[in-house]
Amino acid sequence: MLEIDLDSSLAFRSSLIVLTARDIRCGDCSWPLTPELSLTHHDHAGVGMLELDDATGRLACWRYTMGRNPVALRFEREFTRQRDHMASGQPALPAVVASCPICQLPLPPDEEECPNCARELHTPPSTWTLLRLWRFAKPYQGQLLAGFLLTLAATAATLVPPYLIMPLMDEVLIPYQNGKPIDTGKVAMLLSGLLGAACFAWALGWARTYILALVSERIGADLRTTTYEHLLKLSLEYFGAKRTGDLLARIGTETDRINVFLSLHLLDFATDVLMIIMTAVILFSINPWLAMVTLVPLPIIAWMIHIVRDKLRTGFEQIDRVWSEVTSVLADTIPGIRVVKAFAQEAREAQRFRDANKHNLEVNDRLNRVWSLFAPTVGLLTEIGVLVVWIFGIWLIAHDSITVGVLTAFLAYISRFYNRLDAMSRIVSVTQKAAAGAKRIFDILDHVSSVPDPAKPISLPPLKGGIQIDNVHFRYGNRAILRGIDLDIRPGEMIGLVGHSGSGKSTLVNLICRFYDVSEGGIRVEGVDLRSVAVADYRKHIGLVLQEPFLFFGTIAENIAYGKPDATRAEIVAAARAAHAHEFILRQPFGYDSLVGERGQSLSGGERQRISIARALLIDPKILILDEATSAVDTETEFEIQSALNNLIRGRTTIAIAHRLSTLRRADRLIVMDRGRIVEIGNHDTLMATEGHYWRLYMAQSKQLDEPSPLGAEEDIEEEIINHPAGTKA
Amino acid sequence: MSRRPIFRPFSLERNAFGRLVLVAPDGTRHENIIPVRAFALSAPETGIALMSAESKELQWIERLADLPEPAQGMIAEELAKREFTPVIRRIIAVSSFATPSTWTVDTDRGQTTLILKSEEDIRRLQETMGPGALMIADSQGIHFLIRDRTALDLLSQRILKRFL
Repeated sequence: MLEIDLDSSLAFRSSLIVLTARDIRCGDCSWPLTPELSLTHHDHAGVGMLELDDATGRLACWRYTMGRNPVALRFEREFTRQRDHMASGQPALPAVVASCPICQLPLPPDEEECPNCARELHTPPSTWTLLRLWRFAKPYQGQLLAGFLLTLAATAATLVPPYLIMPLMDEVLIPYQNGKPIDTGKVAMLLSGLLGAACFAWALGWARTYILALVSERIGADLRTTTYEHLLKLSLEYFGAKRTGDLLARIGTETDRINVFLSLHLLDFATDVLMIIMTAVILFSINPWLAMVTLVPLPIIAWMIHIVRDKLRTGFEQIDRVWSEVTSVLADTIPGIRVVKAFAQEAREAQRFRDANKHNLEVNDRLNRVWSLFAPTVGLLTEIGVLVVWIFGIWLIAHDSITVGVLTAFLAYISRFYNRLDAMSRIVSVTQKAAAGAKRIFDILDHVSSVPDPAKPISLPPLKGGIQIDNVHFRYGNRAILRGIDLDIRPGEMIGLVGHSGSGKSTLVNLICRFYDVSEGGIRVEGVDLRSVAVADYRKHIGLVLQEPFLFFGTIAENIAYGKPDATRAEIVAAARAAHAHEFILRQPFGYDSLVGERGQSLSGGERQRISIARALLIDPKILILDEATSAVDTETEFEIQSALNNLIRGRTTIAIAHRLSTLRRADRLIVMDRGRIVEIGNHDTLMATEGHYWRLYMAQSKQLDEPSPLGAEEDIEEEIINHPAGTKA
Repeated sequence: MSRRPIFRPFSLERNAFGRLVLVAPDGTRHENIIPVRAFALSAPETGIALMSAESKELQWIERLADLPEPAQGMIAEELAKREFTPVIRRIIAVSSFATPSTWTVDTDRGQTTLILKSEEDIRRLQETMGPGALMIADSQGIHFLIRDRTALDLLSQRILKRFL
C-alpha cells in the first residue's frame, strides 16, 4: 500500500495505491497483475513519479513529494516481485529480515531504531541562546561568584566619597565661612577617608576586572575550541552547504564578540545597575524628597536615549550590510583575478568597487547626521536633569529643609550615573548582537553530524578490501544522484569509474569513504554495514588521492606523514621514493624539511600530487581511492604520476575515477555510470567490443586527442608566472 | 628509476676542477656529484643522497658517520661548502619594528644585516627542531636560523618578541 500526496495536476491531495497479490488498485480503477505490466519510477525537482505501463502504453501515473520516495521505491520493488511471482506461478516469498521501515536498511542486531533515520529529528534552536552560554560558564561559577561580590564591594567603595563631602561642607567649610576656625583633625579624617575609599575602590576594581576578564577569556576559548572540534566532526555535507568565510567568521569573530560582551558590556551594565540601586538607597536615606526629584527624570532620559539608539541601530545594521557588499566585491574579484585580467575587465571591477564604496559613503553620511547629534543630546539631557536637581535643591535649602552639604552630595552622586546612562542604553543592541552571535555558534553546536558514529560501534575485522554496495540510492537536497547502485568489489581489484560529469561517480566514491551516508540501501565491508562502525576506525583503511592535492602549511615530511604522525624518517623516505617524489624533494633547499605553503605554492601541480600520493602510501591503506588523481597535470607529469600510482595500487582494492580513459587501462573492471545508474560493467576490451556507452566515450576522447588543442600549453606557462610572482618582480 | 639504490661499496674522488666524482662498484664514473641532506634541519647527519648533475639520485647514505674515510670527510667538506644557513647568535639592532625592517645580527659566520620583508618570513620550526627554533628568510632568500630563541640574550629576545 502506498499513500501518495499529489494529484495529476500537482495539487496536494492524498490518495492510495494498493498492491494485492492479484492486482494493483487506485481509487476505482484496478489493473490485474500481468507479466506485461511494468512500474517505473522517475523524479525531478522534488517530485517523484510512478508510471504504470503495459505493452501498449501508459495506464496510470502517480505523483508524490520526495519525502515518500523511499516508500515508493519499496512499493515499486514489491510490485516487481509480486508480478514476477504471478508470472512464474509461484507464491510470493515472505519479506526478509527486520529492516528499517523508512530506508530499508537492515536494523543493527540489538537496536530498534534505525541509526540512519533517527537523526532526522532535531529541534530548532531556542531564542534564549545567551542563557545557553551557561553551559560554558558553569566550570567557572566559583570565580564568577567572587567576581560578583567584588563588583558589589567595588561599587560600594566608589559611592563613599560623595557621602563624605556632606560633613566636609556642612561641618567644616560653611562654619568657616561663618567665622569659625577650621577643625584640622576633622578635615584630616575626612580627607584620608576620601583617599582610603579611592584606594579601596581601585584595588577592588582591579581584582574584579582581572578575575572576570580571566573567566570570560576562558569561556570564549572553551567556546571556540568546542565549536571547532564539533565542526571537524561534521560531515562533508555540512561543509558543502556553508561558505568557508562564514564558518571562519563564526568561530573567530562571533566567539570574540561574545567574549567582549561578557567581559566588558555585561560587566559594565551590572556595575551600573548596582550603582544606581545603591545610590538610590543612599539618596533616599538622606532625603526622600530630593531623592524623588533626582530619580524621576532618570527613566525618562533613559527611555529617550534608548529611542535614539534604536534609530541608530537600524542605521548601523544597514552599514554592516553595505560593508559586506564592499568586501564581497573584493572577495569576488581577487580570487578571480586571472579571469578579470584575461578579459581586461579591470576598469569594470574598479567601477564596481567604486559604486559599492559610494553606496557605503551615502549610508554612512545619512547615519552620521543622526549620530553626531547623539552625544550632544545625551549631554543636554544630562544637564537638564542636573538643572532640575539644582532648582529643587535650592528651593529646599531656601526653606531650610536640607543643608548645602546634602545638595552637594546629591549633585556628586547624580553626575556619576547620568554619565553612565548612555553606556547603559548601549546594552540593548550589544546584547542583541551577542545573542545573534551565540545563536550562530549554537547553530553549529546543535548540528548533528549526518554521518554519526553509531552508539555501539562494531569493531572492524581486519580488512581484506572487499566492498559490497547494495541498492544504494543517494539524494542531495531534492536531487537524486544515485539510483540503485549494486556492485560487489573484490579484494585487490582495481575498479575504474567512468561516465560523464554529473553521472554520480564522485558521489559513489564519497559514499564509500563515508563522507556522506546513503539515502537508501547500504555499503558493507567484510559484511559489516559502514554505518555501524566508527568513522575514524574505518577511514584509517582508506587512502585518498584527490584531483587538487592539498598540502598543509608545514614541512614536506610533515605533509607526507599527515595520516601517520609517528612515522619514522625511513618510512617517509620510502613512501616518497615509491611515489617518485624523492628526487624532487631532495632538490628543495632543505630537502624533506622544506616548508610548503598552505597550497604548496612553491611546488608544481605534479609535485604536489606526488606528495599526496606518498601521503596515501604511508598509511598503507587497504582501500585506495583515486578521484581524478591525474587530471590536473600535463601528460608528461601524468606519466610520472601514473608510474607512482602503479606502486600505490599494488595489492590494494582501488577505485579510480578518471576523465582520461587511457589512465584506466589497468583496471580489472570498468564501471560505466550514467545519470546515477550503472549502465555497463566489463574490462576495456569487452566494453569496446559491445560498442555501448564506454565505446562512445572512448571514441569521443580519441577524436579529441587527434586534434591537439594549443590551449593546454599556454595555461602551463601562465601557471608558472602565477606560481612564482617573485621571479617576475625581481 | 628512483628505486632505492642498494648499498654497495663505492668510492669518491675529486677531479681537477675540485668537483666530486663517484666511482660506482662496476667502475662507472659520475662526474659533478652533489651531496644533499634529506632532512637538512631536523636530522642533518642521517639520510644523505649523492645526486648526479642531472639531479638523479645515485647513492643513498643512511648515516654519514658510518661511511669510511676519506669519503666521509669529502662529503662533509662538500656539504659545508654548499650550505649557507647562518645561525643567529645575537640581534644587535633593528631599524624599525614595522616591516620591512633591517636587522643587524651576529651570526656564526660573522656580523651581517638582513632585511625582513614581513613577519610571515619568520617561521617557527618547533615540529622539526624543538620549541624555540626559528627560521628567518631575508629579502634575498637567505635563511637564517635561530636554534633556540630562549637561549638568546635578553635584548635579542625582546626585539624578537616584537615580531612574533
